[in-house]
Amino acid sequence: MDATVDQVVIRARDLTVGFGEQTVLDHLCFDLKRGEILGVVGASGSGKSVLLRTVIGLVPKRAGSVAFFANGLDGPTAQDVHAMSRHWGVLFQQGALFSSLTVRQNIQFPLREYLSLSDRLLDEMATAKLEMVGLSDRDGDKFPSEISGGMTKRAALARALALDPEVVFLDEPTSGLDPISAGDFDALILTLQQTLGLTVFMVTHDLDSLHTVCDRVAVLAEGKVVAEGPIPVMLACEHPWVKSYFRGRRSRVAQPAPN
Amino acid sequence: MIPVPILDSTVTADRLDLAAGGSWTAAHADVLERLIDAAAPRVADAQRISLDMAGVEGLDTIGAWLLERLIRRSNHDGKQAQFTGLSPRYRGLMEEMHAVNLQPRATPRAANRLLAALDGVGRAAAGLMSDVLTFLAMFGDISLALGRVILHPRRFRLTSTVYQLYRVGWRAVPIMVLITFLIGGIIAQQGIFHFRKFGADAYVVDMVGILVLREIGVLLVSIMIAGRSGSSYTAELGAMKMREEIDALRTMGFDPVEVLILPRIVALVCALPILTFLGSMAALYGGGLVAWLYGGMSPAVFIARLKEAISVMHFEVGMIKAPFMALAIGVVACSEGLNVRGSAESLGTQTTTSVVKSIFLVIVLDGLFAVFFASIGM
Repeated sequence: MDATVDQVVIRARDLTVGFGEQTVLDHLCFDLKRGEILGVVGASGSGKSVLLRTVIGLVPKRAGSVAFFANGLDGPTAQDVHAMSRHWGVLFQQGALFSSLTVRQNIQFPLREYLSLSDRLLDEMATAKLEMVGLSDRDGDKFPSEISGGMTKRAALARALALDPEVVFLDEPTSGLDPISAGDFDALILTLQQTLGLTVFMVTHDLDSLHTVCDRVAVLAEGKVVAEGPIPVMLACEHPWVKSYFRGRRSRVAQPAPN
Repeated sequence: MIPVPILDSTVTADRLDLAAGGSWTAAHADVLERLIDAAAPRVADAQRISLDMAGVEGLDTIGAWLLERLIRRSNHDGKQAQFTGLSPRYRGLMEEMHAVNLQPRATPRAANRLLAALDGVGRAAAGLMSDVLTFLAMFGDISLALGRVILHPRRFRLTSTVYQLYRVGWRAVPIMVLITFLIGGIIAQQGIFHFRKFGADAYVVDMVGILVLREIGVLLVSIMIAGRSGSSYTAELGAMKMREEIDALRTMGFDPVEVLILPRIVALVCALPILTFLGSMAALYGGGLVAWLYGGMSPAVFIARLKEAISVMHFEVGMIKAPFMALAIGVVACSEGLNVRGSAESLGTQTTTSVVKSIFLVIVLDGLFAVFFASIGM
């Protein structure tokens, strides 16, 4: 039961996904280990979001397998969205909050559907989640169209965490945020990951996030994972794209000062 | 196998020892709530409480919050309550829960029923007033845009108008012709069936002719267009409003009324009379066909009687109304479209409102025209 570091939560093998003539993912393999934060990077259009959507079952795959090893499930399950959806939370790029529900109702929605809780506990849990992601109780009564982009991300994260998932998928969590908000959001993800023992699968473009938050980075190019490992491994990698990404001009600033 | 959560309690004098065990996670949420509710009165009675968490094998926010809530209440009352045996794995989570829900949530005060009802009536009245104002404002905007376009004809968006005309006019022809054809036939059948009782079945031609040309043709086509094209105008403009496309147009220096709305309204005003004409012809054709097949009146006789029964005036009465109906439908559809707010629900509401309002307006307009034509003797 104890969370050992090298337990695999998601294992993808020979994943092939394509649309029409085009092949986006070509025999891709990766492992997501329990308790780690995996950052997935790649050029625009390299299939990062497609990979995320394939793993959570929104995009059908042509070949290969995705296996989940969740607490409380005996052995790996086939890619069964219904069995797994309680064990994961997804933060979509635009938040994807239900526009006709308030933020509080958005957070309560999965709780209400999956668990039988009293109204009082539902309200308390919603407030608890709101406060955990750094929003106030009063923000809960607003509608998604009335809150800012940063608040939308936080509210969407609160909804993703509503059922205390083991794995959280984040699709570009810091895109569209100013550097300070993005930094705060990174810190929030790190704090929540440590308190709740989350495993995080994060698609990102943000070098700062990669440096400060991610335990491991996987680089996607030509439909495959071309490089995988912690930041030092990335910095030493000789793949041209990885080289220009991690050692290019823009990345200089992002590297933390050696101390 | 997930262990079922338990909460044992032992009372010694004024001291309560609670021992939590098993899996305190969302999977057992209903059991957890019952356990906590059962323990609450004993916690309220005891002076000193200790909660042993050594047996807890799984903890998430729901479980942690419920335990925190149980203990917090007593600490708040000045009693001594503490956690013991907390595994380091769960320490962070318990601390996190200790920091949330500190402000009591303000529950909204239940309003007086009577006051709420009066409040509703007042708001509805004010809403009606603002609806009229929105309609007039949109009408004014469209008139202004039309004026500008007349002064500078190059600003008129011909391509867009022709495309809209194709959508609301040409593509609507089959369904309009089919529906009016059927209604014409039904009116003729009913007329023949009932008029025959007193030997007046020949007058069915007068009824079909006058009814279709003056009222049914334009009314039916207008209502169909309100449902078919008015709703699509509202949904299109509403979706554009939601995605800030209309704001984008405005910042580029374009007037959304001129770019988006005027072509749509002009197309509707052109299309509706044409559809009304086609619809009326189809209805007369349907009536004639039924009179022949069901009533045994040969087409030659039907046409001869029709010539006697109706005049160009009846046809004019119907056709004059058509552009006004189109204008009402278009203005309502476009102003409702621009009223869409951020949510998907509001898009649905505005589309429904648009259709309901434009059908209502079409019928009211028809009534006003009936009074007008009667008083000028048409």
